[in-house]
Amino acid sequence: MKNKLLPIFITFIFIIIFIFFYSGLKNTNIYTPEIKINNKIPSFKGDLIYSDETINSSNIFKSDKFYLLNIWSSWCVPCRKEHALLMKLKEIKKIEVVGINYKDKKINAENFLTELGNPYEKIIFDQEGVISIEWGAYGVPESFLIKDEIIIKRYIGPLDKKLIEEMKLIIK
Amino acid sequence: MKIFKLFFIIYLISSFNHLEASNDDIKSKITKNLRCLVCQGQSVYDSDSEFAISMKVLVDKKLAEGFSEIQIYDFFKERYGEWILYDPELNKNTYILWLLPLLIFFIGGAIIMKSFIIKKN
Repeated sequence: MKNKLLPIFITFIFIIIFIFFYSGLKNTNIYTPEIKINNKIPSFKGDLIYSDETINSSNIFKSDKFYLLNIWSSWCVPCRKEHALLMKLKEIKKIEVVGINYKDKKINAENFLTELGNPYEKIIFDQEGVISIEWGAYGVPESFLIKDEIIIKRYIGPLDKKLIEEMKLIIK
Repeated sequence: MKIFKLFFIIYLISSFNHLEASNDDIKSKITKNLRCLVCQGQSVYDSDSEFAISMKVLVDKKLAEGFSEIQIYDFFKERYGEWILYDPELNKNTYILWLLPLLIFFIGGAIIMKSFIIKKN
């Protein structure tokens, strides 16, 4: 009796293991970050790009407007694509676009803006990338929609028309 | 007496080593335990990506501000989630991970014990 049960038991275990690993094959192993929203914005200090003054984060997001914090860089190709959409967003009164310039050279950033236009109300210069990490960012481009000092939406990667429409709906 | 002197010298040398190491040691220990989120399968310590470089700078800054190792882990965990740590904590998502090796160890031990006892009998 015992000898008969053993092969059945072993094949059963192997089948379970096979199913387990086979389904595992199909799972992607690329980590997609859990998007944390409804968090309070981090507090930080940063230099502004045009005026050379140091600003505290609590002074940037203080009015009851919506804010879009956009992390960008002149060397980032998707940022270039996204830029036209940000320029359109600038025309909407209810929202203010704030930029974080990520690991860039000042001169390149300024050339980028003179070439494509400046949608940003303020630009914080983040040469070491440290402020972006305070925000929990992964890289460029990345955007945060903020209202009343709370992150209500987060966009990893470039914005597109669909996302902008979605944003407009939220603002209304 | 000579032996005492020798021991004393060895003691001095080893204590100097400890003095030398402190801050850098902690930094590399922390960065080795942080996952570089934009690379695959690399720690922040190993990676030279933009993200990892920024992380290293931030770890340096936090250490200079007097953050402890655990405070730094908490800081990153708050922003990036548990995934950023290579050393997962014991919670409801990870208990299988922690308990399975123990379980296998005990079951294996039990099987061996049993087969010995059967042989003896």
